[in-house]
Amino acid sequence: MAGSTDIRARAAVYVVLGILALTAPLLGVYPVFLMKLVCYAMFACAFNLLLGYTKMLSFGHAAYFGSAGYITGWLVAVHGWGTIEGILAGVAASLLLGFLIGAIAVRRQGIYFAMITLALAQLVFFICLQADFTGGENGLQGIPRGSIFGLIGLGRDDTMYYFVLAVFTAVYVFVQRIVRSPFGHVLQAIRENEPRAVSLGYKVARYKLLAFVLSAGISGLAGSLKALTLGFATLSDVNQGTSGEVILMTLLGGSGTFLGPVVGASVVVTLQEYLSDHVGAWVSVIIGAIFVVCVMIFRRGFVGEIAWLFARSGSRLRRTPE
Amino acid sequence: MATVLGVPLPAILGQLTLGLVNGSFYALLSLGLAVIFGLLGIVNFAHGAFYMLGAFAAYIGLQAFGVNYWFALILAPLAVGLLGVLIERLFLRHLYRLDPLYGLLLTFGIALIAEGIMRDRFGASGKSYPVPESLRGVFDLGFMVLPIYRAWVVAASLGVCGMTWFLIERTRLGAMLRAATENARLVQAFGINVPLLVMGTYGGGVALAALAGVLAAPVVQVSPLMGSSLVIVVFAVVVIGGMGSIVGAIVSGLSLGLIEGLTKVIYPEASNIVVFIIMAVVLMWRPAGLFGREH
Repeated sequence: MAGSTDIRARAAVYVVLGILALTAPLLGVYPVFLMKLVCYAMFACAFNLLLGYTKMLSFGHAAYFGSAGYITGWLVAVHGWGTIEGILAGVAASLLLGFLIGAIAVRRQGIYFAMITLALAQLVFFICLQADFTGGENGLQGIPRGSIFGLIGLGRDDTMYYFVLAVFTAVYVFVQRIVRSPFGHVLQAIRENEPRAVSLGYKVARYKLLAFVLSAGISGLAGSLKALTLGFATLSDVNQGTSGEVILMTLLGGSGTFLGPVVGASVVVTLQEYLSDHVGAWVSVIIGAIFVVCVMIFRRGFVGEIAWLFARSGSRLRRTPE
Repeated sequence: MATVLGVPLPAILGQLTLGLVNGSFYALLSLGLAVIFGLLGIVNFAHGAFYMLGAFAAYIGLQAFGVNYWFALILAPLAVGLLGVLIERLFLRHLYRLDPLYGLLLTFGIALIAEGIMRDRFGASGKSYPVPESLRGVFDLGFMVLPIYRAWVVAASLGVCGMTWFLIERTRLGAMLRAATENARLVQAFGINVPLLVMGTYGGGVALAALAGVLAAPVVQVSPLMGSSLVIVVFAVVVIGGMGSIVGAIVSGLSLGLIEGLTKVIYPEASNIVVFIIMAVVLMWRPAGLFGREH
């Protein structure tokens, strides 16, 4: 049966990825780079929940990612909060922000939704630029990583990495659970045919808002972890550039697939890490060019293409993201 | 001296004219955006980049070839419009059958490319472009002094907006364009070359953005990122006005510029967010925008 080989292939992929993720610091990969990668992968998974499973293109997801980083950093660095409490507060802030912005944005669909989320994220950007607690242009510096309830210190890079990795794994499983739950199926029904979902009696706006809030909350979690990992929170995390990057990660890896955002985030973060030293302003040109290529000829993304090839050779019919 | 709310009147009037100048740019940009969206169904994220390219075309023309302002006013939109035509031919044309989100993403990528190239060539810092000699100096209106260039920008933008409105609403070409917006296949069946019309429309909309860029060059610093935050404000303007309405785009562009100028006087901290706040309020009250209709 195609189904059982499918499951076996998938299990093999996860085992290999798991081993890679667990052993990467031992193999000499720079741990801070790895943590950054995992944080962005989490961010992209959150974004995928919207774009991939509900077809809502939020063009302002940096607002949740960045402001949660600020809140966590501010509480931990200035007010001496514990790490976990700081993270929870950051997530709470991004959930609230997601609710406020989502409630306005879900009133419109498609490109209007994209433009509205973009504009409201710019509003958040300006607030972060002008507010006192964010440190304005300088950002927040010297955020301590602290410890998990005073039991496990997170100062060492490898301890922090495994902590971030554990949170990511939990989030990854959580996103899968959401997508496969009855709630997730309604979201996918909305993605496929919104008017029909409405006519079936689903309160579409509520489902979309809940998906938006969940996605914002997970984005916030990723942002908080990133701020703690690097020890600083800056304006670039709330900037439209970051909103664009997370779109690219999801698109490039394959939106609407579980692994796609992880693959996309890995590619984009690695590219940026190596390119920024060598090519300066051309990073933006290369990112832009990848966008163009993705939209023109690579709309399924890496994982989507592979899944599609598998599906074509097998017997199962899969959805194509057209 | 007369004051309003404790602010001297000339300061208020100064900010209002500045607001009107900005509003003219919003109007020109949202007009182009609305025309392109009407026919192509694509939200042109690269609009801010084309505005930037227009300003740079004027700057480069002056520095390298000694092209003066008045020629730049014609040549820069032509050059950037041609670039737009090329982009439509090579890329956008293949996306019309797909979800409009792809057009937004594609033009976002194009904006990144354009900004990256210009930043590599010219650095991130702003370049100044001189006000043309014949437009220097001020009008003394008695109650305020009005820089001639600001008055010119507002007048020129209104003129161009008016001509565009006339072209679309009152000419045969405009009638074809409006018909194609309603039902492209039917218009094509009547023997009208719709793909050519679409290409021209995109080029025209882009040229309007470039024209705004040339007009802006002497009043703002010419820099690679000058369009990237402007385009977001223009998106908000378009959401407020409702897309697909030409008059709506012009009116909301100008009035939001004015409101922004007024906010600079009353509560400066909020001046760069006031448009977004208004957008949020309008959306809660009239989701389709002030002049829009729900599709």
